Amino acid sequence: MKLLRLQGFPILQQLYLEERLLRATTHNWCLINQGTNPPAIIVGISGKPEKLLDVKAVLQDNIPVIRRFSGGGTVIVDTDTVFVTLICRRDAVTLPDLYPRPIMEWTEHLYLPAFQTVPSFHLLEHDYVLGDRKFGGNAQSIIKDRFLHHTSFLWDYQDFRMAYLKLPQRTPTYRLARSHSDFICRLKDYMPSREAFTDYIVKAFEQQFRLQEISLDEVEKTQPSSVPHITSTQVFTTADLQQSIMPLIVKG
Amino acid sequence: MALRSLAGRAAVVFRLRCATSSLVFSSHSPFSTAVVLDDLKYAKTHEWVRVEGDCGVVGITHHAQEELGDVVFVDLPEVGRQVAKGESFGVVESVKAASDIYSPISGEVVAVNSELADSPALVNKGPFDEGWIMKVKLKDNEEVCSLLGAEKYRELLEESTH
Repeated sequence: MKLLRLQGFPILQQLYLEERLLRATTHNWCLINQGTNPPAIIVGISGKPEKLLDVKAVLQDNIPVIRRFSGGGTVIVDTDTVFVTLICRRDAVTLPDLYPRPIMEWTEHLYLPAFQTVPSFHLLEHDYVLGDRKFGGNAQSIIKDRFLHHTSFLWDYQDFRMAYLKLPQRTPTYRLARSHSDFICRLKDYMPSREAFTDYIVKAFEQQFRLQEISLDEVEKTQPSSVPHITSTQVFTTADLQQSIMPLIVKG
Repeated sequence: MALRSLAGRAAVVFRLRCATSSLVFSSHSPFSTAVVLDDLKYAKTHEWVRVEGDCGVVGITHHAQEELGDVVFVDLPEVGRQVAKGESFGVVESVKAASDIYSPISGEVVAVNSELADSPALVNKGPFDEGWIMKVKLKDNEEVCSLLGAEKYRELLEESTH
């Protein structure tokens, strides 16, 4: 498995890169990105900004909104987010078939050694939690004989940024009626440092994979972006976002 | 064998509320509870085809929708688009995951199931009928013959559940 470590890499570029590595290469990959700047909101493949966001506030504060190619919900990411992505061939995992639930359970076992020092890490419904508090968002993209599983870990977060996100229509059962701040937690309250956290992750992954570090330059040389592949990642323009709330304003 | 033959003829005649009929039409293998209909052809990637004249109606199988979980979005192809056997033609989103779906046949998309835009759960509720995804004008009838029949598809499912 090739390990690419990034620091503050823009999340839009990261998503383009991930989609390319999933669809246009045959290797196994692990990407770890320490934070992203500027902050951005990422919705899942079917995400509708008008349903998920306070679009007026997002427009006012000029926060980029990106639709990613994987499923799942909405996250707001910034320099306090730690991104970890796994891209695997079917033969790299001991799963009879590539479906969401078995993949999620496989990742739980993969991550478990990284959280040995933290009490009660486990997979609850579709989320990684400490106790009953979520600390990261997961999403997957599954194609023939390959899959991608990416996680945005909340090393820390700013409450005022969470305010851009509406309460989603579909929430996990274990959330109950909790507000965002009661439902999630900060990983920095449980780990000695970000560097220690990523070291724990790498050591955990080394229990199942032989990791081979690679630089971004080598990736660009050996897996060029010119190889044609399906690209679903897209940025919502200001006009897109304004249009998304037009029916609400007209009704208003 | 006799029971399966009877179930097969019944499937052709009644054409399916398969979820409610699963006890009649499902494989009697002890290892798989997926519904498999005898009058369809199947891809190893768990899509099905029903031939209607010079067209093939395409959807995902009962096994696939069961494994994917609650479907919340289907990215439909555009009418008029050319699809090729074995290539991705759309995406099905279930909780947290976007899964590519692969066309079992080549040809031109002549219709899509627009009901799925507002009711993606039809894929779970009726994967073989109301959850159909697209209709394709067949480019090559031989492609249909090369797909798996019901018996071979049942074997595939049994192998994967072992």
